[in-house]
Amino acid sequence: MFDSKDQEISVDVSHVSVRYMTGDFINIGLKEFVMRKLTRTYYAKEFWAVNDVSFSLYKGDLLGIIGTNGAGKSTLLKTVSGVMVPTKGVVYTKGKVAALLELASGFDSDLTVKENAYLRGALLGYTRAFMNEKYDEIIDFSELREYEDRPFRQLSSGMKARIAFSIASMVQPDVLILDEVLSVGDGAFRKKSEEKMRSIIGGGATTILVSHSLEQIKSLCNKVLWMHHGGKVAFGETEEICEVYEEFLVTKRLPEV
Amino acid sequence: MIQKLKEYQFLFEELTKRDFRKKYKRTILGMVWSVLSPLLTLLVMSVIFTRFFGHSIAHYTTYLFAGNLTFSYFSEATNGGMGALVGNKDIFSKVNVPKYMFVISTNMSSFFNYLLSLVIFFVFAAFDAIVFRWSFFLLLYPVLCLLAFNIGMSMILSALDLFFKDTIYLYRVFTMLLMYASAIFYSVDTFSVKVQRLFLCNPIYAYIKFFRIVVIDGTIPSIEYFLLCGFYAAVVLFIGAAIYKRYDSRFMYYV
Repeated sequence: MFDSKDQEISVDVSHVSVRYMTGDFINIGLKEFVMRKLTRTYYAKEFWAVNDVSFSLYKGDLLGIIGTNGAGKSTLLKTVSGVMVPTKGVVYTKGKVAALLELASGFDSDLTVKENAYLRGALLGYTRAFMNEKYDEIIDFSELREYEDRPFRQLSSGMKARIAFSIASMVQPDVLILDEVLSVGDGAFRKKSEEKMRSIIGGGATTILVSHSLEQIKSLCNKVLWMHHGGKVAFGETEEICEVYEEFLVTKRLPEV
Repeated sequence: MIQKLKEYQFLFEELTKRDFRKKYKRTILGMVWSVLSPLLTLLVMSVIFTRFFGHSIAHYTTYLFAGNLTFSYFSEATNGGMGALVGNKDIFSKVNVPKYMFVISTNMSSFFNYLLSLVIFFVFAAFDAIVFRWSFFLLLYPVLCLLAFNIGMSMILSALDLFFKDTIYLYRVFTMLLMYASAIFYSVDTFSVKVQRLFLCNPIYAYIKFFRIVVIDGTIPSIEYFLLCGFYAAVVLFIGAAIYKRYDSRFMYYV
């Protein structure tokens, strides 16, 4: 996909909306659901977590997404990573997408570290040959060699994040998605993971990053998307948007468009 | 399809391994126990019910075993499969994978268990003076049908389980009712022909009946039984697959 200026588009999010249903639904169970349907007291409410958001990124762009809690940032990331299909709109991504979202969960506490590593690799779409080849590198990077045959539940949460990061960062993706995980673990590992992250970004990956640290965004990103209550407030150059955003954080008033 | 299978082969293997390891806790005893515990139930049933039904039903132990074995497989596979979505939501809310993989991988371990108990079934049958026949290989047909049926049921149930938290309780009641309607320990011969036909509306009974015809009667089931077994499997698998096709991308909104 190319734009009018013939620059290659790497990510194109077009009028994306995500709807969740709230109200009586999940919690009441099947019996009550049928009862309420029959007595016509059933109600469900729509909740648009992301509402008509559009933006596009060129290859190598580094986008920071900012916004207060509940702005829909994580949900938007899920649609870009392909985990969630938007209720409306289309997401286009070129090449391999890697998402580092809430890393440490989703492992099986009964399996060993090694077994979990292979399972996670398989889930991420790696091949067995690739895992065989990279396993040593993964376990060494995470510094968990001595734990490899222990059940996963014996690991501390920092260790879990370390192994998760090590597996997920083994590829050179074309699109990289980060949700507050630019660095994980304790001091030494934090530095190492940040370096690794920068080398992936430096390798030309288009990166999307959610962070509450404006400093981080200012120093890393060349573009910023500001979201509020599911909607897009602004998208563009980092400098100017961050300036307005900082003002908003003080005054709590959205800028007039 | 083949391309897809190849693409997800590694994932499928790893998921199946995980389910096996969890089930058997990587002990030999775990595996023995999973076969032994239904056998013990069977033993109790056999001791008690032989007094009541043993005289009127030929090869009663085999009769009972065929029913119990098949029903336990159905019950275990579907109850396990029901949790395929809720139990793996931490995974698929983070990584984009086809969700039916979870259903199929949990079904694999129950299926393996079933095959193990089938081996024991034939040992028991031999003790019960059942002579081996080549026609026993026909049993592959209901076994595979039941596998497809269970995968279909697991798809339907796992989707329901995600939307409605009480599915598991309702299903427990349902399976109990179904068990009594499956003629596991009694014979339907005392009922009128009409009612006997009604029993065949229960898919599990159809599979059990197929087994008994082959093993106990020693004959080849009529074409109706073949069609019926295939029909139930196809319908349920189709409904399950349709639900997954339609809701696959929407499951995420409800986790």
